[in-house]
Amino acid sequence: MSMLSTEVEILEENVSSGSSRRPNVLRRTFSSPQAWIGLGVIAVIAAWAWIGPLFAPDPETTDPLAFSQSPSGAHWFGTNSIGQDVYAQTLVGLQKSLVIGFIAGPAATVIAGFVGALAGYVGGIWDKVVVWVIDLLLVLPAFYILVLLSPVFKDLSWLALVVGIAAFSWMIMARVIRGQTMSLRDRDFVKAARYMGVGTFTIIRRHIIPNVASLLIIDATLGVGAAILFESTLSYFGFGIHAPDVSLGTLLAAGTSAAVTRPWLFVFPAAVLVITVLATSLLGDSLRDAVDPTSGANRD
Amino acid sequence: MLAFLARRLANYVALAFIATSFGYLLASATLKPQARFLGRNPPVSQGAIDAALDKMGVNPDVPVLIRLKDWWVDLFTHGSLGISSRGTEVLNDIVARAGTSLRLLILGSILGAIIGVAIGVYGAVRQYRAFDRSTTFVSFVILATPVFVIAVILMILATKFNDVVGHQVISFTGEYTPGKSGGFFDNLGDRLVHLLLPTITLTVTAVASYSRYQRSAMLDVLSADYIRTARSKGRTRSSAIVRHGVRVALIPMSTFFAYSFALILTGASVTELTFSWHGMGEYLINSVSNNDINAAAGTMLFTAILVMIAGTLADVLYAALDPRVRV
Repeated sequence: MSMLSTEVEILEENVSSGSSRRPNVLRRTFSSPQAWIGLGVIAVIAAWAWIGPLFAPDPETTDPLAFSQSPSGAHWFGTNSIGQDVYAQTLVGLQKSLVIGFIAGPAATVIAGFVGALAGYVGGIWDKVVVWVIDLLLVLPAFYILVLLSPVFKDLSWLALVVGIAAFSWMIMARVIRGQTMSLRDRDFVKAARYMGVGTFTIIRRHIIPNVASLLIIDATLGVGAAILFESTLSYFGFGIHAPDVSLGTLLAAGTSAAVTRPWLFVFPAAVLVITVLATSLLGDSLRDAVDPTSGANRD
Repeated sequence: MLAFLARRLANYVALAFIATSFGYLLASATLKPQARFLGRNPPVSQGAIDAALDKMGVNPDVPVLIRLKDWWVDLFTHGSLGISSRGTEVLNDIVARAGTSLRLLILGSILGAIIGVAIGVYGAVRQYRAFDRSTTFVSFVILATPVFVIAVILMILATKFNDVVGHQVISFTGEYTPGKSGGFFDNLGDRLVHLLLPTITLTVTAVASYSRYQRSAMLDVLSADYIRTARSKGRTRSSAIVRHGVRVALIPMSTFFAYSFALILTGASVTELTFSWHGMGEYLINSVSNNDINAAAGTMLFTAILVMIAGTLADVLYAALDPRVRV
């Protein structure tokens, strides 16, 4: 029943030892310029999202002298049809998208780590049930499920959407962690702890999780970008964030009808979104290369 | 091999059954069909509401598990997926829309797989050359871009192109030009032109992810001993790569095809919606706004069957490539 991507299988094969390797992994990660670019861009974008609005016009205020204006010195990203500043709106949307990404991505990783480690360590009927649930959730597209759940989210705050995104983004990683845990279970240090009478949860916390930490860190990093993309797609079709909250997805939805005639309403928020997600995937990818020297950049 | 395929198929059927049931329960929990009758003027009597809900089999007073059982029984005995909130048979609605969705889905996933595998193999063989670096960078950018953004950017470019040429060469709204007269070939051409941008959108996203995985799988294989053996027994480099390399690298890809299919489905729905096609994606979204449980459940069944077919095809490919499962 192998259903994992090659990438994931490569990770399973190659990541074996844990904590002693971690400083090494970090050093290797940041020896590549790709990682520095990714991290730098994320830092700049995050700073820009919260500091930028201090120096920008109010996103709600309408400028009666500038309806639907193309980008200019006064309005860097132009204005929309009622004279609101698109630059200021993009920054506000970016804030929400970043918050959602940075909560939902790592939250999915936490679920994946916990469920995967538990299934792999306890085994037996629990393992079977978990694998079935994972298979089931991989069969039903998460987008469809969240569309069906949208009437419920309509009455809740945006945090509910974060929970929803996290709840349907953990499956693949959980399978990887499960596979890792099954091989760790038979290692001497885990056996020793078990024979000494250490409890299941303590073993998972002390011995399993630290040994899969590098995988979890990669997943959390890549998960940020994935969550931002997922949120923007849901919001674009009206199933995600809704008024009064704005995200890059709702902004793109508002700009899309005029995208052909007034491209600045769409192109600028879209570019910010793509650059943000690209930065997280650059960082995540170089982490992966550092953990698994055979997966990419370091391969001869 | 047949035993292997039969076992896998049985697993998929069970998964599809449970997934659809889950979809039905989810739709029943979130959608409120009775809401359509409230606030009407003149008010609809409770009896009339109940009668209408009972006819659709969605009366919330009946326990949901019984409604689920009735839905399955109705499907297996009458071949009916129930009645939609607009009074039409859900099965007929789906049949009418399936072609629209499948056309895009089949074209996009086949083109995506073929081009993706080709780019991945070539990129791995020529690692770190200009081709590899540029395709790697482009696929990173595409994977960081939501599908709807790719679609809208293509629309902007097509409009610019039409402006430059001076008349409408590429039309992209809807599945065909409404009210178009002309012969069979005119209409066929019109549909093909409308198909162009959605197909590019879906193919480009599929190529980006398939080529990354294929490249990674291929790089693993290239350093394997049996490639060296094949070379040392006198095969040329290209023949060793194709006969012993690509074939082995496709084995993990076949499982990836199956389980990335749900993602392709999502991409196809998003593409359809962005280009205003009346496909299954729109059907699902309409079912939510119309509080239509039967339509939502029908969509889930359709999806589960598609995933089942894709999974079985991937298993056939797997069995054809990997001799170990045939014993």
